[in-house]
Amino acid sequence: MILELKNISSGYKGSEVIKNINLKVESGEALCILGANGVGKTTLFKTILGFIKPKSGEILLDGQSIYNMQRKEIAKLIGYVPQAHVPPFPYVVKDVVLMGRCPYIGNFSSPSHKDEELVDNLLSKLNIYNMKEKYYTEISGGERQLVLIARALAQEPKILILDEPTSNLDFGNQIRVLEHIRNLVTYSNIGLIMTTHHPNHVFLCGTKVALMEKGEIFKSGDPSKIMTEKNLKEIYGVNTHFVNEENIKGFLPVI
Amino acid sequence: MGKGLPLESAAANIGNKTRRISKESKVNIILFIFLMVLIFISLIIGKYYISPIQVLNSIVSKILREDLNMPEEIYTVIFNIRLPRIFAGLLIGAGLGTAGAAYQGMFKNPMVSPDILGASSGAAFGAALGILYSFSIFGIQIMSFLFGITAVVITYMISEKICKHGDSTLILILSGMLISTLFSSLVSLIKYVADPYSKLPDITFWLMGSLSSINKSDLYIIALPILSGIILIMLVRWKLNIMAFGEEEAMAMGVETKNLRIVVIAASTIIISSSVSVSGLIGWVGLIIPHFARILVGSNYKYLIPTSILAGSSYLILVDNIARNIASTEIPIGILTSIIGAPFFLYLMVNIKRGWV
Repeated sequence: MILELKNISSGYKGSEVIKNINLKVESGEALCILGANGVGKTTLFKTILGFIKPKSGEILLDGQSIYNMQRKEIAKLIGYVPQAHVPPFPYVVKDVVLMGRCPYIGNFSSPSHKDEELVDNLLSKLNIYNMKEKYYTEISGGERQLVLIARALAQEPKILILDEPTSNLDFGNQIRVLEHIRNLVTYSNIGLIMTTHHPNHVFLCGTKVALMEKGEIFKSGDPSKIMTEKNLKEIYGVNTHFVNEENIKGFLPVI
Repeated sequence: MGKGLPLESAAANIGNKTRRISKESKVNIILFIFLMVLIFISLIIGKYYISPIQVLNSIVSKILREDLNMPEEIYTVIFNIRLPRIFAGLLIGAGLGTAGAAYQGMFKNPMVSPDILGASSGAAFGAALGILYSFSIFGIQIMSFLFGITAVVITYMISEKICKHGDSTLILILSGMLISTLFSSLVSLIKYVADPYSKLPDITFWLMGSLSSINKSDLYIIALPILSGIILIMLVRWKLNIMAFGEEEAMAMGVETKNLRIVVIAASTIIISSSVSVSGLIGWVGLIIPHFARILVGSNYKYLIPTSILAGSSYLILVDNIARNIASTEIPIGILTSIIGAPFFLYLMVNIKRGWV
């Protein structure tokens, strides 16, 4: 499966937030999007997911425009993992993950026994099977993020879109969640797009990176070429030092 | 690092799942039995006492079409007075509970009651107008029903106009408050100009809410719309879970949120307008019943809606029994549901363990 954005310009009433975006993600690739606050990452996601219609340009799934597809059909191909938040009602974890089966369930039906088995499998795959009967409102932020990933995977998507999956997580949970994400790309052959505020996360799970500036893609490509002190200075406006040793890669702020 | 994907760990747990009656189904069976017993008791008690044996005999004789030598007035009281009233209570309670639960999920807000979009105040205005112009009972009901629906249509159109795309829930609720307030003010205006000796008391009593004037023909009129509203919400109930996570997430999971929203709003509005048109304003039921049901079976709408139906109808029949038996004259049920509802809601807020407080 290939997700392709061609010359996408999008935004809200009157104003154009993102301009001339060209991106391509294939199964087995993980694209990390970096950029300062307010640069248009959220608008980009909302456009890809069809929440807002682009002012110009095309979004293609295997060459077919998503605007000719029904929402249900898109949901079978693209899964969305939002930032973890608490719903107003105490749902049980398994019920939350079952919601991901929605595109496969008829308009007037509920999940079947088969759907429940699939959910059980996903929960064990992500090592959260023991959370199954717990309340989603009562588990930790990291666990909640994994539950949302499981819910998106229940859609059996070919492309997964993650909106800052590590925000609000502690240091350990950040790394654990990213490991799960990397496993998905490697073992399940899923194409993935995620935004993050931590440049170092690109080294943990990204195979491609795109840097955004002023609503446009400033640079994109292979992380080893793109992730430089100079480029980070350009998009974040701060000085960093790049550490590159065996098993350790990352940027440190210059004090 | 590199733990791989352990699938075996839980495989054993998945295998030995046996099909048993779920806890939720048990709750609903118990509630159903309770409702049946309550209906039977409601046929017995009242100003005109009928013994349980007489109630059973008359029902049996009605079904088998056999004459068991029962006094004619017992038949009249059971089949023309009490049964229509009980069924009306059942339908209205079930409808209010269902609509309330559906709205709370759709608006992601546990404090929402089914009249949030102006259905009740619109219907109240329609009825007050009908009384002011001395319409027939049927005319008043039609006015009430039409204005209930009109109010919600106006609310919906305003929010559509303001919010073309994205999450329009907040705008919808705000427009609803606006329209509600407008129609409430119009009701006050009608009360102000109404004849204080004939019309004003009628309007005031009607607004207090009561099941006392309901007869067989009223029941026939409201049965179809309320039942179709309930059935519509029953059909889409599982999807309401997804709406509780927000409109965008629901869209990403393949829900046509706009269609679902229109179905739920239409169904709820028909339920509320029909209820208000025959019984006046009966408050609090749509707010507290879903919470009560949530305590019993949890948040999943698959079970929550059936439980809300059973709990809502039981509650309204129970309160109506109190309304017609506690004092020498009947107390309007709308007053009672509020008097009972407010402290009950306080109890829920204090004692609810999880979620929104």
